[in-house]
Amino acid sequence: MTDLLTIAGRTFRSRLMIGTGKYATFQQMREALEASGAEIVTVAVRRVNLDRKEESLLDYIDLNRYFLLPNTAGCQTAEEAIRTARLARAAGLSDWVKLEVIPADNTLLPDPIATVEAAKTLVAEGFVVLPYTTDDHTVAKRLLDIGCATVMPFGSAIGTGLGLTSPDRLQRIIEVIGGQVPVVVDAGLGAPSDAALAMELGADAVLINTAIARAGDPVQMARAMAVGVEAGRMAYQARRMGKSAVASPSSPTVGRVGDK
Amino acid sequence: MIIVVNGQQRDITAGCTGVKLLEELDLTAERIAVERNGEVMNRQTFAACTLAAGDVIEIVRFVGGG
Repeated sequence: MTDLLTIAGRTFRSRLMIGTGKYATFQQMREALEASGAEIVTVAVRRVNLDRKEESLLDYIDLNRYFLLPNTAGCQTAEEAIRTARLARAAGLSDWVKLEVIPADNTLLPDPIATVEAAKTLVAEGFVVLPYTTDDHTVAKRLLDIGCATVMPFGSAIGTGLGLTSPDRLQRIIEVIGGQVPVVVDAGLGAPSDAALAMELGADAVLINTAIARAGDPVQMARAMAVGVEAGRMAYQARRMGKSAVASPSSPTVGRVGDK
Repeated sequence: MIIVVNGQQRDITAGCTGVKLLEELDLTAERIAVERNGEVMNRQTFAACTLAAGDVIEIVRFVGGG
């Protein structure tokens, strides 16, 4: 039985999405992508450097194999994000965009109001919008209602590696959104156990960048994350046992040696 | 005549086209998108433009990001 992830009518085998930032070299990034088994790969949009010729990221990503998801990282307002999304689409790969609107502070947490505003415009312009959002279920519901293709709540702040700081809030988003559009946990995951937990809770996919790129061995960590995501997904499908405050022996309580 | 490309002033010859500018900037092989005076366009549309003095051009590409 194939367990496919479907986003806006497009299907993927892998539930691990990978970012391409922060790698020591493009070669290392390519090897990590390969090891992760990911099919969706995020990229940023930036000015071409006119002072010196720089190597092209796309020379290291096989576009027949990976689906490129441009982000609007760095955009602080809805207007900037819309402008960046339009530029990304004009580059001619797809009309998908990972929408990020993050105010100019050092928290790197999304501006939910500007995100909803930008998402409305982009959906109306025919974009497939995958918004990065907070762990608030009402915001997630708004994004669903205006036609976003996924919702992408954070696990914790970008680049922190703190994992899921509020699993109960993620659970609520999954309850409200699950089964309608995929819930993709994006940002803050630090280890395969974090990715596994997100998937066990019923997330449809996770997106990881820093935890792989900044691991001691990014290629090995990419493999570990893939296994973590798969284990979490399988556990979700298998439906874990309930938690009990009372202990319960696993071995028979009768027939013990020396029983009277 | 003077135009602004990615925030830098640039002196180009009158009648210069988008395709000529991209050649000068060694961007003929790169996957790019362009904004000219606030209007987003793909490479082909920009290539066909005749640039005007005072044009403000942004040329972007994909880089690593999460």
